[in-house]
Amino acid sequence: MRGIANVSRRGFLAGTGVFVLAAGLPAGAFAQQEKEKKFGGEAMPNGLRDDPALFVAIAEDGTVTVTCHRQEMGQGVRTSIAMVVADELEAAWDRVRVVQAPGDEERYGNQDTDGSRSLRHHYMPMRRVGAAARTMLEQAAAKQWGVPVAEVRAQDHRVVHQASGRALGYGELARAASALPVPDRAAVRLKDPKDFRYIGKETVGLVDNAGITTGKATYGIDVRLDGMLYAVVARPPVYGGKVRRFDAAAAMKVPGVVKVLAIDPPAGPTEFEPLGGVAVVARNSWAAIKGRDALQIEWDDGPNAGYSSAAYRAALTEAARKPGKVVREQGDVAGAMAKAAKKVEAEYYIPHLAQAPMEPPAAVVRIAGGKAEAWACTQAPQVTRLRLAKKLGLTPEQVRVNVTLLGGGFGRKSKPDYVLEAGILSKAMDGAPVKVFWTREDDLRHGYYHTVSLQRLEAGLDAHGRPVAWLHRTVAPTIGSIFAPDPKHQLPFELGMGVTNAPVAVPNYRAENPEAPAHVRIGWYRSVSNIPHAFAIQSFIAELAHAAGRDPKDYLLEVIGPPRRMDPSELGDLWNHGEDPERYVIDTGRLRKVVETAAQGIGWGRKLPKGSGLGIAAHYSFVSYVAVAAEVVVGEGGRLSIPRVDIAVDCGPRVNPERVRSQMEGAVIMGAGHALSAQVTFDKGRAQQDNFDSYVLARMDTAPREIRVHQIAWDDQTMPLGGVGEPGLPPVIPAITNAVFAATGKRIRQLPIGDQLAV
Amino acid sequence: MTTLTINGVERRFDGDPEMPLLWYLRDEAGLTGTKFGCGAAQCGACTVHLNGMAVFSCITPMAAADGGQVTTIEGLSPDGNHPVQVAWRDLNVAQCGYCQTGQIMQAAALLAGNPNPSDADIDTAMSGNLCRCGTYTRIRAAIKRAAQGSRAGGAPAGGTPAGGSKGGRI
Repeated sequence: MRGIANVSRRGFLAGTGVFVLAAGLPAGAFAQQEKEKKFGGEAMPNGLRDDPALFVAIAEDGTVTVTCHRQEMGQGVRTSIAMVVADELEAAWDRVRVVQAPGDEERYGNQDTDGSRSLRHHYMPMRRVGAAARTMLEQAAAKQWGVPVAEVRAQDHRVVHQASGRALGYGELARAASALPVPDRAAVRLKDPKDFRYIGKETVGLVDNAGITTGKATYGIDVRLDGMLYAVVARPPVYGGKVRRFDAAAAMKVPGVVKVLAIDPPAGPTEFEPLGGVAVVARNSWAAIKGRDALQIEWDDGPNAGYSSAAYRAALTEAARKPGKVVREQGDVAGAMAKAAKKVEAEYYIPHLAQAPMEPPAAVVRIAGGKAEAWACTQAPQVTRLRLAKKLGLTPEQVRVNVTLLGGGFGRKSKPDYVLEAGILSKAMDGAPVKVFWTREDDLRHGYYHTVSLQRLEAGLDAHGRPVAWLHRTVAPTIGSIFAPDPKHQLPFELGMGVTNAPVAVPNYRAENPEAPAHVRIGWYRSVSNIPHAFAIQSFIAELAHAAGRDPKDYLLEVIGPPRRMDPSELGDLWNHGEDPERYVIDTGRLRKVVETAAQGIGWGRKLPKGSGLGIAAHYSFVSYVAVAAEVVVGEGGRLSIPRVDIAVDCGPRVNPERVRSQMEGAVIMGAGHALSAQVTFDKGRAQQDNFDSYVLARMDTAPREIRVHQIAWDDQTMPLGGVGEPGLPPVIPAITNAVFAATGKRIRQLPIGDQLAV
Repeated sequence: MTTLTINGVERRFDGDPEMPLLWYLRDEAGLTGTKFGCGAAQCGACTVHLNGMAVFSCITPMAAADGGQVTTIEGLSPDGNHPVQVAWRDLNVAQCGYCQTGQIMQAAALLAGNPNPSDADIDTAMSGNLCRCGTYTRIRAAIKRAAQGSRAGGAPAGGTPAGGSKGGRI
């Protein structure tokens, strides 16, 4: 195998000539002693680390190796983490390399790469890592020269003593520096942000550019080990189903097929357990696929065999028309509604989606000498390690999880069921390395789907067309359904994605959450419940603007209200994306600013030809503020094209503006696919889409042609960072459908648009 | 027995002639730069050049490659500096990067046959290649940049094997 060998066997602990800066801080030292409620990274499992010994090694040739403990799936975290460390370290970028940490949260702190949290939580710890290492190099040089440390300065990969003109390279200082104790956190001087050379700048390229463009980059599906076997699994076509009986005779006759065996279905809640089924283990991928095609399996479809999207939508709609569990309440909605001059109501339907990362789930596991080793494209290496250990009857210490690049994640690869499948099969093959890979059909038929939902909104307007009463009923099966038997309400974190924290200036507000059972695995999908909530709310605000005869942008600003700083817990959201509500308030001034920026960017108010229209939407999520303005053209036969999108983002101080831009571009294109054509539907419990011909995503010819990203620049480095990977997506879809309304007068209340514009 | 030349090296394969070229490249030849994304000619992650034409290797049986010249991403250029690869790096096109080897092979085939593609040409050539991260605007820009660079340098854009690249998709 190539590439990955360097990662899994990197030698900074045992290698020659490479020095880890001394292990100073005990693991967990960073965790606060205080008993008070923790927020942010400190509240995540295993917390944060800022010990340079864990993250920086310097070789005698001066090469700086940064260990990245967050998983790379296209958000650029390997580059961004290295930028932060290298900047504080005063390292020359061309001498920095990045290796990937295995799953080990005792050592590295939290590694779950989801929730748009990597830089938000690890920015300051990584700065301290770089700064502490720089301090040690300065101390080593000062000691060698016999001068006070205050007289020396680290600068561009060397330490200089200006008074005497002496200088020593980092490589020359590495050994001595590594023998020094790690300085006390309080004694480490962070750089003045005006001296940043990488942070907040566009001075470096992606660390994985070379590997990606030459095909040498290693993803989970690319891992190759000696004697490795290849496996695919036939899983129950209906969630909760199981194998009644199977005949492997024909499969075993396929040349290259080695073994056919059953995998048990989960005994309790699905969680991250394999779905069960029949596995075909073979000498190569093709033999495994052909062998699986030859299996004769009789399934017991189980309790979800009646799941049909059409009937389920009707049930969601019925639930949304009756009162449900109240999850947020301000004022007197019923009273204000009764007195309103005008009432407006609308229902919005958002289908299941599949993450469908371009690299489907894949993992290799081998077991030898009582130890298991996995290679996987996983967003959650520690969770993977713990689950794999449990599945194999090992301790976590007996399991190593090596993390490859991820060919997309979007939440799918937070759930390690596919790694557990590889573990089960390796064990069944006496520990031989087994690669499990999912075909696209597997991925779309057996996903952890984005929830399906019906969002009902009612508003009462006063005589001036201003909303005075607001009722939002959100109905959707919960992610909690994979962890507990049959819950029917959304969890606080799902409701905190745009409902219980919605910043709308309406004096009488109520949100309700009627019941909805789950019939498939529901899982995180990039931006999660913000997608349906933003679609419904931002569509509805545009509908209210129309009812009031107002400009949608002006009306949106009016509904957001005047600039003010709100405590989300006072609105009804105690979750607040896990962040301290005092540090992370909801600042409507920032939300207004992105709306105005996007509107200005697209030239809001300009005259457009018939069939063209502009739409706008804004959403606060992952403690960042994003607004999108879209221009659409609806041509003959309802053919929709999107010539231009302007997206404005305020995510606080930016580490890597180039990757902020790319994440926003990607969010726009992903959102366009959801607006136009993507959905997963079910009939008789079976997903009806199984490849990219039926699960239709944006392509070169249907994606927005021009995307302009506007980043709100903040110089204030004391301001907390917001998320970047997810907050771009939610406002994209309603901006497009609002533009469709402007172009055609047709209000889109169900996604995707599909053929709704065909006349 | 299937005989084919991959990145200039002759190889023989006596396995299932129905095996898609994709799986031969990845599992047998160890060339994992060519990616599996759909297995059904729907995403283009598996794009390679066969006799100078961009093909979906996931639906190209080994029998159809018999006697053929195959170029994969690993063989697109000797040093990884094909103008398309350079443009991809210059513009930081990639996000996760998984689809990009297929995108690059498709773009190289496009430019080999059409050194100055229009937006419509790019749409036609590239719409078979799916990117889930959403890098299309940068892909388009990188193709134009590579085209410009190639024309300026007078070098052919295509790194495809001799024999006349037609730049199409079969």
